[in-house]
Amino acid sequence: MNPYRDRRYVFGVAIILVGLVFIGRLFQIQILDKSYAQYALSNAQSVSVIYPARGLIFDRTGEIMVYNQAAYDVMVVPLLLEPFDTTELCRILSISRQSVIEKLRSARSYSYRVPSIFMKQLDYEHASLLQEKLYQYPGFYVQTRTLRKYTRPIAPHALGYVGEVDQQVLDNDPYYQLGDYIGVSGIEKAYENYLRGRKGKEVFLKDVHNQTIESYQEGRYDVPVEVGKNLTITLDSDLQEYGEELMKPYVGSIVALEPATGEVLALVSAPSYPPDLLVGRNLSRRFGELVADTLKPLFNRALMAQYPPGSTFKTLMALIGLQEQVISVSTSFHCYYGFYAGGIHTACHLHDSPLNLIEAVQNSCNTYFINVLKHILQDAKYENPAAAYDNWRRHLLSFGFTRPLGIELTNELKGNIPGSDYFNNLYGTGRWNYLTIRSLAIGQGELLITPVQMANLAATIANRGYYIKPHLVKKIEGVDLIDPEYTERHYTTIDSVNYLPVVDGMDLVVNGGKGSTARNAKVPGIVVCGKTGTAENPHGNDHSIFIAFAPKEDPKIAIAVYVENQGFGATYAAPIASLMIEKYLTGEVKRTWYEQWVMQKITSE
Amino acid sequence: MMVQRYNTAANIDWISIILCLVIIGFGWMNIYSANILEDGAGSFDMSQRYGKQLIWIGASLILAVLVFILDAKFYIYFAYVLYGIIILVLIGVLLFGREINGAKSWFVIGGFQIQPSEFAKPFTALALAGLMTSHNFSLKKFTGLLQTGLIILLPAVLILLQPDLGSTVVYFSFIFVLFREGFSANMMIMLAGLILLFFATLMIQQPLILLIITGVSLLAYLGTARSLKKTVILAVTAGALFGILYAVNKYLLDARFSLFMTGLATVVPIGLLLTVIVIRSREIRYLKILAGMCIAILFVVSVDYGMHRILKPHQQQRIYVTLGLEDDPQGVGYNVNQSKIAIGSGGFTGKGYLNGTQTKLHFVPEQSTDFIFCTVGEEWGFLGTTFVILLYVGLLLRMIVLAERQRTTFSRIFGYGFIAVLFTHFLINIGMTIGLLPVIGIPLPFFSYGGSSLWAFTIFLCIFLRLDANRLELLR
Repeated sequence: MNPYRDRRYVFGVAIILVGLVFIGRLFQIQILDKSYAQYALSNAQSVSVIYPARGLIFDRTGEIMVYNQAAYDVMVVPLLLEPFDTTELCRILSISRQSVIEKLRSARSYSYRVPSIFMKQLDYEHASLLQEKLYQYPGFYVQTRTLRKYTRPIAPHALGYVGEVDQQVLDNDPYYQLGDYIGVSGIEKAYENYLRGRKGKEVFLKDVHNQTIESYQEGRYDVPVEVGKNLTITLDSDLQEYGEELMKPYVGSIVALEPATGEVLALVSAPSYPPDLLVGRNLSRRFGELVADTLKPLFNRALMAQYPPGSTFKTLMALIGLQEQVISVSTSFHCYYGFYAGGIHTACHLHDSPLNLIEAVQNSCNTYFINVLKHILQDAKYENPAAAYDNWRRHLLSFGFTRPLGIELTNELKGNIPGSDYFNNLYGTGRWNYLTIRSLAIGQGELLITPVQMANLAATIANRGYYIKPHLVKKIEGVDLIDPEYTERHYTTIDSVNYLPVVDGMDLVVNGGKGSTARNAKVPGIVVCGKTGTAENPHGNDHSIFIAFAPKEDPKIAIAVYVENQGFGATYAAPIASLMIEKYLTGEVKRTWYEQWVMQKITSE
Repeated sequence: MMVQRYNTAANIDWISIILCLVIIGFGWMNIYSANILEDGAGSFDMSQRYGKQLIWIGASLILAVLVFILDAKFYIYFAYVLYGIIILVLIGVLLFGREINGAKSWFVIGGFQIQPSEFAKPFTALALAGLMTSHNFSLKKFTGLLQTGLIILLPAVLILLQPDLGSTVVYFSFIFVLFREGFSANMMIMLAGLILLFFATLMIQQPLILLIITGVSLLAYLGTARSLKKTVILAVTAGALFGILYAVNKYLLDARFSLFMTGLATVVPIGLLLTVIVIRSREIRYLKILAGMCIAILFVVSVDYGMHRILKPHQQQRIYVTLGLEDDPQGVGYNVNQSKIAIGSGGFTGKGYLNGTQTKLHFVPEQSTDFIFCTVGEEWGFLGTTFVILLYVGLLLRMIVLAERQRTTFSRIFGYGFIAVLFTHFLINIGMTIGLLPVIGIPLPFFSYGGSSLWAFTIFLCIFLRLDANRLELLR
């Protein structure tokens, strides 16, 4: 026999002992101790949740952009309901008897035990009236909430909106309860954890008349409420409003950055909508209307629209050519109305010939930059054009074109610069050269870049070689440092010295004489540097593009303007950029005739 | 050799199966009550927890049949293979699992969540039984103990990494199995002592613990020497030495005693005196007291050091709260309080099925999983809770009868593995809901909501019943 067989009794005794201890303990708390039953008889505790005010949002000048207004939700817990005077309740809330019955039914079908919203966003008068009579209505209580208000009807895409939490959030984050509000998009979403604060909780004991009698266990289980943190963002309200005004007749976008810091000064996506459209009771209906709009006002073009960069891309061609030392500032190429080679012709416009690099930028000469691409791809340093191409692409990657730049708004898209394998697949390995892909040299073809990346390019050139990720946060209340991600300098693979001729070329684009492509971007008294572009659009009229920064020395603003379906960059995008720069740098636009021309010209079309 | 054919179905222990089905059925009724949205009758929604649980119960019945279809010898021959597979799965969940509530414990497959740590329990018991019945194995040998420790600790450590402290704790219950198989009773007492000492170190100030150790050592001396006179002499001498140490330090060295030094000063004299006694008497029994004392002191000091010097304050806090040593009114503490109110308000007969008011969803968050016992307490009262406890006690006692009637050590060890795990779950889960034990989130077997737990316990029980049904065929 097993020598340890007797040990089975140890197990038996232990199990019986634990059973007896449990039953004894249950006898104590269920039968002997009456205090637990007492809690139940008196409806026990009532937990009231205290909602913190959401943090305010200020612009870079300290002007308030978003604030709160109180609203009152009437909540109901069906399980705690007792028969009540329906007529009286209808009178207090000014609703019909029928709707009371319906609301109670829907609350019951949701849950008997969890509070549901009986009536949303009551005004102060009705709420205080109900509050006085609340003791007659066990099961009902009033919950204070806050609604977002906006000082100006601007920047809906950057600010985003606040809405009720959805099921997915409820499943994943225990902080949120049904009916809570959460930042759904934009800044409201990105900084939700700061803006929301922390809900507080007070636990009371109630007597049989549903009256609060005392704080439960001297507030041991209470949680103090924490007000949301205020946020200062980098937008300039005046500039933002002005940009939205200028863009009103158009579809497109404006992104303005402060080059030295990467701060976003304006983020315009047109058509736009007033942010208070998505607040309160009618949110879902209006959201539906915006979704249905064929011009897609909810689509944030500044971050999500991908266009070919057009001639603005020539600045990059010049930079890479200089860095790879396949051209120098004095390199000249002939151009007679276009580029001819191997039976291929790419048109160019009428200008002097030959041109050197700076003049080529000034005149936006197609031939010149196809020649630059030719020299880059045929560079003897590389074993074949594909290797040279990948090296060319490597330079472009350092500008951040093939990934989202990392602004806080979650919907940012990336651009596209195909790798050599793309062309290998398309044409066959070794079966393509600079001629096959010459349209890349002038910013057309497979290239795709978003407006914010384009503004970032302008900022990089303005900084002569580096950028800081564009961002919207300037200061969070109570937080000393913002994310180091937003102060780190990203240097491009192009040496600083190589930017100088490109900057000079961009100066001449605006301020040069004969052959300059954007003399209408001039701002009196300020040296603006810019470059026009036209994105070929297979679906309709080409898009008008302009990038610029100013002043030339110590730049304060870098900007990208996109106007969809309006042809050459110089025609509409350049004047808009010019007015924006004037507005930001001088505080007011003196050329009112010019802004009226911009705004009226198109509306009449 | 003649092998007598037995009818497996007739040999299945139907008593335990019926007990188990009653637990499952009653459990489901309570899950239904904790999750209904309508009052009582009306719509029945399969996407609610009670609906899903019904699916899992159905699936576990199929699982049970599958377990019975396989030959009993399969579980013996493939014990290590099954163990190996589950270890790989546990590693897999650390790499590819989904993190839910801060622990990477889950695989999510087509909307269903599977928790491998639950399934590791039966397979660890299989491997343990396999190891302990292997040729030349002995718990008295160091290698035997080492191998046993590895088999148990490997899954335990993998689960701790998730991190899931509750499930990890369960693995230590396998030590009960070792006890049944001859693991030294003194070692068990020592281990229990160390666990007590661990909690004491975290709860009580250090000098006080050292003082207690001194006291216990004196008592041990009294018990061994059986002389009150000698003990008093020892105590007085130690006291005098302490006084001298204290005075020298305070007045001559002009230093103020730290709390730690005070504690040490109470232990050192008695340690020295015991050493003298050991050397003079040359008796092993005094050496044992001295060794025990030294181990205790070293343990206390190292736990204290690890806790306060190595861990950061928030980590300390988390350990204190998890072990239930620190009040956390906003989190765990609030739940226990609500749980006690819900159970307590049930009274003798309860408020009636589906009539609970205290067990509101937002008062006790784990209403249908870890805190399901609250619903029983509130709606069925003292009668209901006693009924549930008797069911578990009955099932456990029945399991002991079954385990003891096995002819093979393998089956017995596996049976005791099931008893140990079931008992630990029962003890911790109900102990926590009625406020007797710290809150360690593990489910009530067969009762709580959750597919993984239900399936794992079904497999566990059914493998044992399968072995039991063939007990007359299986050779020693």
